[in-house]
Amino acid sequence: MSNPKTLFDKVWESHVVDTIPDGPSILYIDKHLIHEVTSPQAFSGLRKRGFQVFRPEKTIATADHNVPTVNQHLPIQEELSRNQLSKLTKNCQDFGVKLYGLGHKYQGIVHVIGPELGITQPGMTIVCGDSHTSTHGAFGSIAFGIGTSEVEMVMATQCLLQKKPKKMLIEINGDLSNGVFSKDIILYIISKISSSGATGYFVEYSGSTISSLSMEARMTICNMSIEMGARGGMIAPDQKTFDYVKNRKFAPKEKDFNRKVSYWKTLVSDNNAKYDKVLQFDAKDIEPMITYGTNPGMGMKISETIPNFPPEGSKDSFAKSLDYMGFKPGTKLLNKKINYVFIGSCTNSRMEDLRIASRYVKGKKKAKEIKAWVIPGSKQVEKMAIEEGIDRIFTNAGFEFRQPGCSACLAMNEDKIPKNQYCISTSNRNFEGRQGPGSRTMLVSPLTAAVSAINGYVSDIRNHL
Amino acid sequence: MERFNTISSKATPIKIENIDTDQIIPARFLKAVSREGFGDNLFRDWRYDDSNNLISDFILNKADKENKILIAGRNFGCGSSREHAAWAIFDFGFRVVVSSFFADIFKNNALNNGLLPIQLKENSLNKIFDLIKKDENTKFKINLENQLFSIENHSFSESFNINKFNKTCLINGYDSIDYLNSKKEKILEFEKIQKI
Repeated sequence: MSNPKTLFDKVWESHVVDTIPDGPSILYIDKHLIHEVTSPQAFSGLRKRGFQVFRPEKTIATADHNVPTVNQHLPIQEELSRNQLSKLTKNCQDFGVKLYGLGHKYQGIVHVIGPELGITQPGMTIVCGDSHTSTHGAFGSIAFGIGTSEVEMVMATQCLLQKKPKKMLIEINGDLSNGVFSKDIILYIISKISSSGATGYFVEYSGSTISSLSMEARMTICNMSIEMGARGGMIAPDQKTFDYVKNRKFAPKEKDFNRKVSYWKTLVSDNNAKYDKVLQFDAKDIEPMITYGTNPGMGMKISETIPNFPPEGSKDSFAKSLDYMGFKPGTKLLNKKINYVFIGSCTNSRMEDLRIASRYVKGKKKAKEIKAWVIPGSKQVEKMAIEEGIDRIFTNAGFEFRQPGCSACLAMNEDKIPKNQYCISTSNRNFEGRQGPGSRTMLVSPLTAAVSAINGYVSDIRNHL
Repeated sequence: MERFNTISSKATPIKIENIDTDQIIPARFLKAVSREGFGDNLFRDWRYDDSNNLISDFILNKADKENKILIAGRNFGCGSSREHAAWAIFDFGFRVVVSSFFADIFKNNALNNGLLPIQLKENSLNKIFDLIKKDENTKFKINLENQLFSIENHSFSESFNINKFNKTCLINGYDSIDYLNSKKEKILEFEKIQKI
């Protein structure tokens, strides 16, 4: 082949409207997802300019960041949150944008509902004013987070000005050990390359380990691409992808679907396609992971000790970070007492996550002194969990099974971890104060969260299988 | 957008790497529906203690409020896509952020708001931190047209990169949404031939 292309090249090139010399490209956007927090200023901008939303049918809104996770049928108590949500409703009405608001059967975390409704499809360009938009890359789409000015840009023109990023291939081969999940894979990679190791790049994940993963597990990996600085991460679509998309609400139907599949099958990197950087990992080196610091790059195998020396990329912040966490270099986290367990967020709140965690929890009781929250990613996940009896497994074990939203991942609503309290969390960021002012977060997989909730301390699932 | 050309100012140094957007503006302050006023909560949890009293030895509370330049450690602006981070820095009065490495989304957000991110070499950044430590009145000069960062009364200067499109927008205060909107015909043409 004369000019071999990567998966990223293929999708990117099919969306370039024009390229400005010594400047960015004009990139056409197929789907624009919006939510209450990063859209109000963009709508105000449109009003000021006297513009409409150019392609409202390609724009989908939901309420997630700011919503309470209990009593969603009642008026929201917090005034600012209530105001932001009512602004979203009014803006969507005024501009003709479809909204899955609070109480709607499709409401949920924006990166959970996109795939489950079949809005997310291979080969698309998808943006949202949220950095975890990278999640949708699991379908072989170019999906990334944007700022509010860019949200306004897409509303006004269905296009974005973007410089083509560099390309990185991350290949993982081999079988995963017992108790190791996709969350552990991505935490492992980030711990190896640091929280800025992929800045400036768009990542493609491949290899036998990735192929063996379910769609939901792949979403967890792509979701956290931004935590190593990458704008996004993508995985070539395969039969699992097509089967997942098929028959979903907004998926193409019948003949149209078959036609799309034959196009989607071309969305693989050509042999000898060039990447700016290639990294390879072996699945057998990966163990259940946990973070000990205040960025996702500060992670280790759960059986290890906190390093005595700063890891690459956290030299100046290492001491400050450990001081914030109340940890000492050279110590273990295993058996460390915890206060909260949070199972949720766009990283790990899908059916598979809840099934894995509930299977372990079934018939057991959580440790008395801790609080444990399970927040399903969407109304549809919530409904399915109730149908399967998963909600009762959790509540019988003393967990709270709440209503869908971003919740304690970023603590915009009432779900906050108090100062100096330790939270074992399936979310994506362990930044200072992320889960509430002074909160101390340790990122883990849903199964590690489940076993730690039962024991009341940081636990290695492999000792309990 | 405010026009940007040259700036001559002292700088406020925060020698911490990986400063994420949750530190720049914590999520609980993102409930506003306008762009104004975020400067009040810039670095909120580093500036105020639990009882909402100013922490007097945090640099932002000590440094001259007239400073137009914020200097920070490597990988500045990582984390969430919230443009509120750029708004907060601009609203506080800064017009330039200098670091040795920026997170991608933050960089775009800054440029879309007339806030210039300048990436210097790691050792230059360290040298600048040292200089400010010795003399907090050290003044810096930024010339966007010539893409030059220099230290007043010093031989040091370093050129920085910015693409021509962003540079033109900043210098003239152009808005990229107006620019894109002027390309509507091309966009309509593209939609006709698009596969997906």
